[in-house]
Amino acid sequence: MAVGRFGHFVRDAARAVPDVAVWGRLLLVQMRRVGVDSLPVALFIAAFTGVVLALQASYTFTGTVPLYFVGTLVGKTMMLELGPVLVSLALAGRVGASMAAELGTMRVTEQVDALETLAYDPQSFLVLPRVLAGVTMFPVIVALAILTGIFTGWLASLVLLDLSTQEFIKGLKLFYRFKDTWFGLFKSASFGGTITLVGCIVGLGTRGGAEGVGKSTMRAVVYSAVLLLVLDAFWALVLLR
Amino acid sequence: MIRFQDLHKAFDGKPVLAGFTLDVRDGETVVIIGYSGTGKSVALKHVVGLLRPDAGDVIVDDRAVSTLERAPLTALRREVGFVFQFAALFDSMTVFDNVALGLRRRDLSDDEIADRVREALALVDLTGTDEKLPAELSGGMRKRVGIARAIALRPRYVLYDEPTTGLDPVTSAVIDQLMVRTREHLGVTGLVVTHDMRSAYTVGDRIAMLYEGKVRQAGSVAEIRETEDPVVRQFIEGRPA
Repeated sequence: MAVGRFGHFVRDAARAVPDVAVWGRLLLVQMRRVGVDSLPVALFIAAFTGVVLALQASYTFTGTVPLYFVGTLVGKTMMLELGPVLVSLALAGRVGASMAAELGTMRVTEQVDALETLAYDPQSFLVLPRVLAGVTMFPVIVALAILTGIFTGWLASLVLLDLSTQEFIKGLKLFYRFKDTWFGLFKSASFGGTITLVGCIVGLGTRGGAEGVGKSTMRAVVYSAVLLLVLDAFWALVLLR
Repeated sequence: MIRFQDLHKAFDGKPVLAGFTLDVRDGETVVIIGYSGTGKSVALKHVVGLLRPDAGDVIVDDRAVSTLERAPLTALRREVGFVFQFAALFDSMTVFDNVALGLRRRDLSDDEIADRVREALALVDLTGTDEKLPAELSGGMRKRVGIARAIALRPRYVLYDEPTTGLDPVTSAVIDQLMVRTREHLGVTGLVVTHDMRSAYTVGDRIAMLYEGKVRQAGSVAEIRETEDPVVRQFIEGRPA
């Protein structure tokens, strides 16, 4: 039943795509809210992850693996997994929960009904700008987070591990493939779409008053996190084998 | 003309409307009265397709609302102004933008929209509040903005859902006057849902009492005032059972 409802919701959202006059002018606002406003959280997480990765790599490699592999591990892990997944999990809380709460409140205070009576389709006014902002801005946020993680990983290697810049870059380039970059960013776009879509579906499905909004907010975070991890495994299976 | 035709609606198996039948003729204002939770607002929401009936239908000018596809339903909604119980204003928009929102869906220039918004705000005695946010308004002012938003569209029909609920007697009387003024100025057909008898006597041409899912009695204000039906009598006199 939930799958059927999800299917109907996605179909209705797709039907609203030609209504560019409505969602087009709201898209920039949502891109700023989803993208620019989320940057501090994303970069904070990435910065510390880069440092920890460098230190853990050096701890693991002690004496057996050349230390320049720290660059390899930091780069690969940030690009393929930790950049997209950690940042998206954090944003599932920030972006997904706030969307569910906002739309849930609009639902229980009849603002969504009011939109419909004013001849607006909630899909084009509320859903499409948010989902498109998620799909387009998550890769941008994650790209910046990856760069930040690699930068702080390099800084930690330089200051704490006595690794030279040349050695770190040598490790970073080793085994690098362009696929590492697009795989991480593609995954981020799918995570962005999932988190915002779940936030919208759960938010617009809110029933009851404040308690209903609270439940929707919690559901949006839980569903997003679970779907994100399932999707992460799915993309690894499909694209990395 | 709005015709409720043997309308049935149940929620979670509990019937709310069970054969609700009522005609609202062009140019008149009909008030639906009844106890809280008897389905008055539910009936109103069927007129603009916010709810779908389990059986029966609402016919608006020969159009059966539940059978309308998206485009004709949107066309119908353009002819109907809906005033929500708690105004359902958009929190993040100014008063001006709230009133202008529906107008932006029409082929109107920015100047025409601004003129229509000012005209509607003047009609509800809220000139000069354009830049205020809903949070800065009192309950009565919010309801008046809700009325302005509905009448700015120059609809053929205006539906009022509990327009005086939660307001003090003086503010309620102001809202009643506004509803009368709206009909006189714009010649619209009105459908008002309320349990405020003073309001019903002031704004209604006819009154219908909804009881146990059906119309218990419908008639002119004088007929309802003189009714001998014990259920209607008890309600209009506000006597406990």
